[in-house]
Amino acid sequence: MFLEIKDLSVKIENKNILRGLNLNINKGEVHAIMGPNGCGKSTLANVLAGKEDYEILNGKINFKDNDLFDLNIEERAQEGMFLAFQYPVEIPGVNITPFLHSAINSKRKRMNEEEIDNLSFAKLLKSKASDLGINIDMLKRSVNTGFSGGEKKRYEILQMSILNPDLAILDETDSGLDIDALKIVTEGVNKLKTKK
Amino acid sequence: MNSETLNTLDTYSKNKYKYGFVTDIDNEKPKKGLDEDTIKFISLKKNEPDWMLEWRLKAFSKWKKMKEPKWANLNFPEIDYQDIYYYSAPKGFEKKPKDLSEVDPKLIETYNKLGIPLEEQKVLAGVAVDVVFDSVSVATTYKGELEKKLGIIFCSIGEAIQKHPDLIKKYLGSVIPAGDHSFSALNSAVFTDGSFVYIPEGVKCPMELSTYFRINAENTGQFERTLIIADKGSYVSYLEGCTAPKRDDNQLHAANVELVALDDAEIKYSTVQNWYPGDEYGKGGIYNFVTKRGLCAGKNSKISWTQVETGSAITWKYPSCILKGDNSIGEFYSVAITNNFQQADTGTKMTHIGKNTKSKIISKGISLGKSQNTYRGEVSFLRKADKARNYTQCDSLLVGNKCGAHTVPYIDSKNNTAVIEHEASTSKINEDQLYYCRQRGLSHEEAVSLIVNGFCKQVLQELPMEFAVEAQKTCIYFS
Repeated sequence: MFLEIKDLSVKIENKNILRGLNLNINKGEVHAIMGPNGCGKSTLANVLAGKEDYEILNGKINFKDNDLFDLNIEERAQEGMFLAFQYPVEIPGVNITPFLHSAINSKRKRMNEEEIDNLSFAKLLKSKASDLGINIDMLKRSVNTGFSGGEKKRYEILQMSILNPDLAILDETDSGLDIDALKIVTEGVNKLKTKK
Repeated sequence: MNSETLNTLDTYSKNKYKYGFVTDIDNEKPKKGLDEDTIKFISLKKNEPDWMLEWRLKAFSKWKKMKEPKWANLNFPEIDYQDIYYYSAPKGFEKKPKDLSEVDPKLIETYNKLGIPLEEQKVLAGVAVDVVFDSVSVATTYKGELEKKLGIIFCSIGEAIQKHPDLIKKYLGSVIPAGDHSFSALNSAVFTDGSFVYIPEGVKCPMELSTYFRINAENTGQFERTLIIADKGSYVSYLEGCTAPKRDDNQLHAANVELVALDDAEIKYSTVQNWYPGDEYGKGGIYNFVTKRGLCAGKNSKISWTQVETGSAITWKYPSCILKGDNSIGEFYSVAITNNFQQADTGTKMTHIGKNTKSKIISKGISLGKSQNTYRGEVSFLRKADKARNYTQCDSLLVGNKCGAHTVPYIDSKNNTAVIEHEASTSKINEDQLYYCRQRGLSHEEAVSLIVNGFCKQVLQELPMEFAVEAQKTCIYFS
């Protein structure tokens, strides 16, 4: 099994959010988790990614033959988990190019793959950006800083396509997008899906 | 702040200060303490003319009547001026060595360890270095070449007193009068070595000039004096670096740096200050009381200070600009990082005297551990400073919950055409930013350094290329 969630119960600040959730996902599948606001969709996404604010009361998660709770946030990411954030945070002064370059190399290091050099990475970034209709000028700016809501979401999809994850969790990536941006995002998702 | 962040910070604060070694070398010192005899001893050792000794003694009599300035946000025990050595030189330094073959190999080894090779062919390309060990200048590289070809004078201040008395008499103390405050009076009385730079009219200095200060001997104060004069239409970029061994006692460093820029001249002065900061319990470390002041004497002149302050137990430092010439420009870029029990009270003073003068202040303070970090700045516009402008931006970043950041800006305007802009922000290193970076696969440490570097970027990019990289590394918490 690729991802197996068993009997998961999660609490945050004395409030039970998830109560006995079970979910199995096979490679190549697309699942949509739906529900009203506050039902725990983002909680699930964050628990999978490893955010530390939550208390795990019960349950087990297996991801690619690992006990997920044995891995910290960055190890999960390096194992191929990607979370497209609902509200991507601004990081002033940090340029996307070195940021993503370090990210991709830390993943490669864990996989015992050769690191990608500056030049090849710059090429990869440019080609992925143009695939997604992202202006090159946007790559010169600091991560998410001063971006519009739509730009931030597109930027998440760009990062996803570069990091090429095995499991991508998209937390309301479609919300707040205009038609054009929505098209770009869905194309990005489809590209990732068909490649597997 | 979650436990992992605290762990990371803990590792940083226990990080070893890699310049903390001691060079075992015989040195020559006068008796401890400060009186007229000490000053006569220093002056004699330096083989100084009588007028210089008189100048020192005058400063000393002023100092005796003065009290330390107490307005800074700093806490430290009374300094016992009689418990300090005011001069220390490696034995055999009656005369400055002519070339490296005369220098004690232990000294050369020391600088190799610090990453400052003294052999010219190994020196960073395009950088001339003056090296000061305790109270004496050890070597100055590229000196001959600069002087012969371009008429640039780059030597120790001791040598300048001997060889260029006219320039010294005219400019020494012209920007920082001996009686300005107690530390400037103290320095004027007992200063030992430092660098002297004179750039002749119209000359653009083709390489970075740099001084590397090292305190080695125990219980010894370092009182450096630097004077840089840029004549009409000239340009120079100057960089200083400093380190000291780990010692349990506090050591005093009280420097005076004076810059003079004449018409259309530009001086760019950069500092990477990495004195021993004391250990994780606040024991030891350098008391760094520094007066740096630049005078834009001529029209269209420019002085720019860039500093990266990471070391010292106490930093008290306000590199300032007096904008006297019309259209002159003063700039101050600063990153101050404090950790453990370090205290920094640093900032700048911009005094607008001439018409259309402009100043810009970018200050970034980062506090970790139990440290206190204060920005203190004063921008003043005198009556004749028509259409003068200032832009100030002060940002503070708090890491952890036991440190403090303070911003104390003073603004004083006597001219109603002056334009002043001030922006300030205080933020905490944000768990959401760390989570975001780590979700992309970066380790906790990588994420913290990325965020801190992003925060400092605006200042670091002002440093000369060769040093920006080093400073960036230093900013990732001295590791």
